[in-house]
Amino acid sequence: MHEFLIFTISGLATAGIYAITASGLTLTYTTTGIFNWSHGAIGMIAAFAYWQMRVGWGWPTVASILICLLVLAPLLGIAMEAGVMRRLEGTSEASKLVVTLALALSFLGIAQWVWNPTTYRAIPPLFSGHTLVLGPVRISYNDLTVLIVALVVAIGLRLLLYRTRLGVTMRATVDDRTLTALNGSSSVANARAAWVIGCMLAALAGILVAPTLTLSATALTLLIVSAYAASVIGRLRSIPMTFVGAIILGLAVSYSVAYLPQNPYVQGFGGSVPAVVLFIALLALPQSRLRGHRLLRSRELALRPSWRGTAIFGVCVIAGTVMLAMVVSSSDLFSLNRVWGLAIIGLSLIPLVGFAGRLSLCQMTFAGIGAAVVGHVGAHGNPLSLLAAAGVCAVVGLVVALPALRLSGIYFALSTAAFAVAMDAWVFPLPPFDLFGHQFAPFGSGSLVFAPFRVGGAVLSGKEAQFIAGSVAFVLLCLIVVAVRRSGFGQRLMALKDSPAACATLGMNARASTLAVFALSAALAGIGGGLYGESLGSAAPDVFQFFTGLSILLVMVVVGISSLGAGVAAGLFLGGPTLANFFPSLSQLSSVLVGAAGTGVGTTPNGTIPSGLRPVWSSVVKRRWLLGAFVVIVVGVWALRLSGVIDNWTMTWIDLAAVFGMPGIAYTVDYRAGTAQPAFGLPDRRVVVVDEASARGQAGPPVDTPAGDSANPVVVPAGSPGRGT
Amino acid sequence: MGLEVTDVSVHFGGLAALSDVSLEAPDGSITGLIGPNGAGKTTLFNVIMGMQRPVGGTVRLGGRDLRGLSPHRRARLGLGRTFQRLELFGTLTVRENLAVAASMGQRRFSRADTVHPQALAESLLDHLGLASVAEVRADALPTGTGRLVELGRAMAVKPTVLLLDEPASGQDSEETTRFASVLRGLADDGLAVLLVEHDMELVMGVCRQVVVLDYGRVLFTGDPAAVQQDPDVQQAYLGSLSGAPDG
Repeated sequence: MHEFLIFTISGLATAGIYAITASGLTLTYTTTGIFNWSHGAIGMIAAFAYWQMRVGWGWPTVASILICLLVLAPLLGIAMEAGVMRRLEGTSEASKLVVTLALALSFLGIAQWVWNPTTYRAIPPLFSGHTLVLGPVRISYNDLTVLIVALVVAIGLRLLLYRTRLGVTMRATVDDRTLTALNGSSSVANARAAWVIGCMLAALAGILVAPTLTLSATALTLLIVSAYAASVIGRLRSIPMTFVGAIILGLAVSYSVAYLPQNPYVQGFGGSVPAVVLFIALLALPQSRLRGHRLLRSRELALRPSWRGTAIFGVCVIAGTVMLAMVVSSSDLFSLNRVWGLAIIGLSLIPLVGFAGRLSLCQMTFAGIGAAVVGHVGAHGNPLSLLAAAGVCAVVGLVVALPALRLSGIYFALSTAAFAVAMDAWVFPLPPFDLFGHQFAPFGSGSLVFAPFRVGGAVLSGKEAQFIAGSVAFVLLCLIVVAVRRSGFGQRLMALKDSPAACATLGMNARASTLAVFALSAALAGIGGGLYGESLGSAAPDVFQFFTGLSILLVMVVVGISSLGAGVAAGLFLGGPTLANFFPSLSQLSSVLVGAAGTGVGTTPNGTIPSGLRPVWSSVVKRRWLLGAFVVIVVGVWALRLSGVIDNWTMTWIDLAAVFGMPGIAYTVDYRAGTAQPAFGLPDRRVVVVDEASARGQAGPPVDTPAGDSANPVVVPAGSPGRGT
Repeated sequence: MGLEVTDVSVHFGGLAALSDVSLEAPDGSITGLIGPNGAGKTTLFNVIMGMQRPVGGTVRLGGRDLRGLSPHRRARLGLGRTFQRLELFGTLTVRENLAVAASMGQRRFSRADTVHPQALAESLLDHLGLASVAEVRADALPTGTGRLVELGRAMAVKPTVLLLDEPASGQDSEETTRFASVLRGLADDGLAVLLVEHDMELVMGVCRQVVVLDYGRVLFTGDPAAVQQDPDVQQAYLGSLSGAPDG
């Protein structure tokens, strides 16, 4: 009984922290409609800032806390609202999710960059050493403070939402944004207030939770999972219910620590309790009704890839790989080898996210399962183990997706995140156990060793051979993805993304189609994971952690989630010898960069390839001489490199210059000939649109004269279809 | 047999959106469903299609009770609908919109003598005068044309009962005329059509029976000529004192 009381009190203290985080999350979600994945990361940043002031610089506790809460958090909230969130109005739920994920990754990258994660940091608890003795139980002042603060937050939020003008308009915004605006309330001001309060609550939770954890950026960022669990129990609307959810969760976590048997198989389960509660809470949500929605004019491009184009792409990929394999050093090759596994994991997102519009945050988990299968089944180097990996992942994918299918987009994504976090915390680090009479451990004792594949008697142990084989595997899987897109199934997936309601009225079983594409995507990720493991030689479970998967998703979305080339980009960016080689001190730069690019997704939902690279390169491809020149440059530079005249970096820079220079040349030629399309959707500055009436009367000034335009203006009457040249 | 709706009621909170609504849409004829905005027409469509669970009442298709069946199962039994707010596959072209639907229909009626889905899509493009926009993305279409694509898409799965929710709104008079003849053609082929429409000229021109809904109740059922004479209907539409016509 005594023990029970102690764990109840510590559970309630944990619940207080969850409640503060989750109520901030619910508040921003209800007022702005944005599911903020970076909420935990904000708390994390605040905790580190607090550590810096309190421990790093030795400032007084109260001053440090006040600066964090009343200066840093509100400033962050204002900056986020103005810089990122405001631009998300009217974008799809998926874009919002990706943007806030990107923000979370940026914060994580910045924190790990500024505060080296290998250094041990701890924050002393508040009122260290003081305890309150209540009968048989002793409560630390720290826990007591948390409980009191949580209570104050609960009462404060209630008063704010029901007794103040700001609170009432904030609640009104939830009901009807337009109507609130018509009543003279500024939705921008409401949103700003929501973000400021949200950031303050996140910071408060971060500061309060920090003494109980060693300061770890990832662990603090993952507080978001617990917050979501509590918020989902509150149906993302009700703050009192969110508090109830937090109490359930806090007690569950505390009792799992206390009463789960002390054995290595269940221990990890304790860490995954928030994820499991989140999953269960999601499944208990009411069924989202199938209803029609107004057709938003989608800005999305959905090009149907041709076989010819895919073949050219595949040949270029393999040829480029062979050329690269012949010139790079063996140490670079070791790192480059990882590219294809990661590229295939990226590719696995294309059918699911690009075609079907469903988000999965657990692709890296499927990759981990695939790697485990290949490591065990392919212990003697049998490449067919990749097929086994695909099969196992497809089945696991079905099992994960089946209960979550009834959830609509954003909740579905959350459930995949819960799965990923639970696998990371519990299943992947499991010690060896007996299964069907075989001793089995997902990642052996610590890390799993991969045997090189044997193909027809030859062992693919050379790094060059592995690198080239990886590119061939990638291209083969690209062909499968293109075949899916071109098939009736692919068309049905696209239709399902556009209008689930209409699909149902045509007799389409949306669940079956979604299950099928989820299984396909999981299978592809499993193959990618297997190849990734092969390229690493040995892999520990943390290689396949949740956040790595998020980075892949972000790169894919930034570059173009429906483009095969995005897979290559994801592989190169996350696996290739990149910026870290250049600037070893900036090893976190890539995740910060991905994050920063991701926050721009709201304005360019299609990605770089479809809306940037493809349009500008199409004018190069039209001119055979220019295309020929490009090939000559690339091959010529490669020959120079082979003969040792130039080094790898020179080759890379010249090739990059060619990739970006050719479209420039093509554009200049077009421009001289007067047939250039406006670049990047900007109005052509040489064209001055003149109101037709004033042009006839020769009187009115040009309607639209770009200032400082030095080129000869070409006067075109308004309404003229083109340049007329 | 067609479609039979018996005593269907739907409540939204305390509001009775539909109270004991009964109607029949027999095979081979067009039945009009009219009423002021908010009368419950779209709610009734949602109930028939299985997108809204009624608190009571039955829906029968060709004599078969549809209770408990999901929308896609109902569609496979021969029920088709269009939406008041367009539900096109926006990222696909018009041709692809029809082809997706035709391939769904073919899976249902996989008989040797069925037309190839692609051929069916082509013939629908011609039939509805959509050939000129076949390669246009559906989300770039004007509303009137979009409605024709939705109709074509619904026709491509070869339903036996077709629910049309304000299919002529957003169409010009020329499009409406073509549309009326397409509708008559459907009825001549034996389909039961239930038509929600505010264009009275169209309703009176093509419907054999008209059902008037008001505040979730059936106000009147009869032939078009009788509807226009009915005082209750006139009051519902024009208001007793100074209410403006609502639609």
